[in-house]
Amino acid sequence: MPTAAKIETKDLHLWYRTFHALKGIHLAIPSRGITAIIGPSGCGKSTLLRTFNRMNDLIPGARVGGDVLLDGASIYRDALSLTQLRKRVGMVFQRPNPFPLSVYENVAYGPKIHGMNDLHGRVRRSLEQTGLWSELGDRWHVSALSLPPEQQQRLCISRLLAVEPEVLLMDEPCSALDPIATARIEELMIALKSTYTIVIVTHNMQQAARVSDYAAYMLLGELVEFAETDKVFTQPADSRTEEYISGRFG
Amino acid sequence: MRTGRLLSSPEEERLTRPSPFARRAARGSIADVLAAWTIKICATLAIASLVLIFVFIGREALPILTSEELHEEVDVPRLFLPQPGEEGGSEFAWRPVSTPPRFSILPLFVGTLKATLIALLIAIPLAVGAAIFTSEFAPSLAREIIKPSIEILAGIPSVVIGFFVLMVLAGWLQSVFGWTFRLNAVTAGVGLSLAVIPIVYTVSEDALSSVPQTYREGSIAMGATRWQTAWRIALPAASPGILAACVLGFGRAVGETMIVLMASGNAAVLSFAPTDSILTFSAAIASELGDAVHGGAHYHVLFFIGAFLFVLTFVTNLAGQWWVTRLGRKLRGELVYVPTMPSPHVATGPGDA
Repeated sequence: MPTAAKIETKDLHLWYRTFHALKGIHLAIPSRGITAIIGPSGCGKSTLLRTFNRMNDLIPGARVGGDVLLDGASIYRDALSLTQLRKRVGMVFQRPNPFPLSVYENVAYGPKIHGMNDLHGRVRRSLEQTGLWSELGDRWHVSALSLPPEQQQRLCISRLLAVEPEVLLMDEPCSALDPIATARIEELMIALKSTYTIVIVTHNMQQAARVSDYAAYMLLGELVEFAETDKVFTQPADSRTEEYISGRFG
Repeated sequence: MRTGRLLSSPEEERLTRPSPFARRAARGSIADVLAAWTIKICATLAIASLVLIFVFIGREALPILTSEELHEEVDVPRLFLPQPGEEGGSEFAWRPVSTPPRFSILPLFVGTLKATLIALLIAIPLAVGAAIFTSEFAPSLAREIIKPSIEILAGIPSVVIGFFVLMVLAGWLQSVFGWTFRLNAVTAGVGLSLAVIPIVYTVSEDALSSVPQTYREGSIAMGATRWQTAWRIALPAASPGILAACVLGFGRAVGETMIVLMASGNAAVLSFAPTDSILTFSAAIASELGDAVHGGAHYHVLFFIGAFLFVLTFVTNLAGQWWVTRLGRKLRGELVYVPTMPSPHVATGPGDA
């Protein structure tokens, strides 16, 4: 494993009121590349992902113990600016959620709220990175909601890229898409992984095997195994991982 | 299908007799038909009563346009154009019981607009602001207390609001601002706003609450503050509902009677100053119709005013509805979005090579 961890969790616990959702996670996600978090429903993989940009803060009754480090600095420290954190750590959701604005305004939204310069250049570059620039032609001012779901999801990714994040968190980004659309998003992820640290939560083990460089297997709020994807899928160290990836449950 | 042929054999009778299942289905269909007719009759009655109200008002208003006899005292030009004044010159005056009577409805129209405008200027910012607060910022417990409390305001009889303005607020406002007239367009507008706020608030709050949470999540996850999310995402997404709320508020303000009757001063003065007393359409009808001679000019003019109010609210609602639908379609992506910023193709800044 490379030593330069982009995100590191130290004995991370999370409770939803009395429910213990994360139980002492120790995980070091390497810089760049794609890390997949897999596991059966309810194992806490989305919860774990949402501790990386502190989206769990929005849930009443959620409590965090332990720590999460981004580039070695705690993101749960008091002095932290949440807006700066979320600018560095962007998130793509399960269902594409473009704003009910034009394509252009969707992408310009981030730069505007963060007061960044060169709006047009940013919008253009972010759309180019996801391939939407050439596909949409001059349809900038159409409502984002009129696009098909796959383009909506890529628009959501463009929207993040416009604020130059370092980490992209993806919470089952393809679960609402058909196989062809899924393939396009996966291609995009692979194209982006040399620049960004991508963490993807997925239900789909084939997807994890196809795109990820590292894989973390979670079960009932615990991290069972974390290693290179090849290793996790071919020679899992833990028998529970083997049972899951061989399809015995989950 | 049998056509005009008598049953001849038992065999044929057995074949054409409906099965028990079919009989049950037939009974079911009778209930269906009954239900359908009941619903149709209810719907027709509802529409018919509306149409009849309009027909009644229209019939009593029509002589203003058609009756030769009435035209000696009043006709449409005299309702809108300046008339010779008592001391020479010309004036717009509403003096229905003087001789000769003056029936200029312009002072009433301006009075109504003044009170409505002031009411909306107070009510819309307050109500929409409160809606934004409860749906975007307040903890859920606070929302559960604030929302029903404001909605209860809607149930306060308007006579109580009028009484409060007349006895308490008007004197207080006069002593603070030093107005010449204790009851004026502002006091009426303030009273009206108390009646309008709950409507605008409730409808706006519902509109904001039905904005999908995923929009807010997306915005927060981009590093936007809650305020930016509310202002730039939730508010535009809820704009059709908020617009509908404002249209409803306008309808309520224009038509409200008891509050303006008690709190406006009821003086038909043509003036654009907000601190002059006013007489509104609704207050004129309410206070004068009982004394107007049945079938006289005054009587028919008041009905004409009623018809005018009816058309005014009807047209406003229609226009509002059209705009709301359009906004909704635009938000759902069914209409071409009108850009508020130049297209990136047009821009050729230094970083746009």
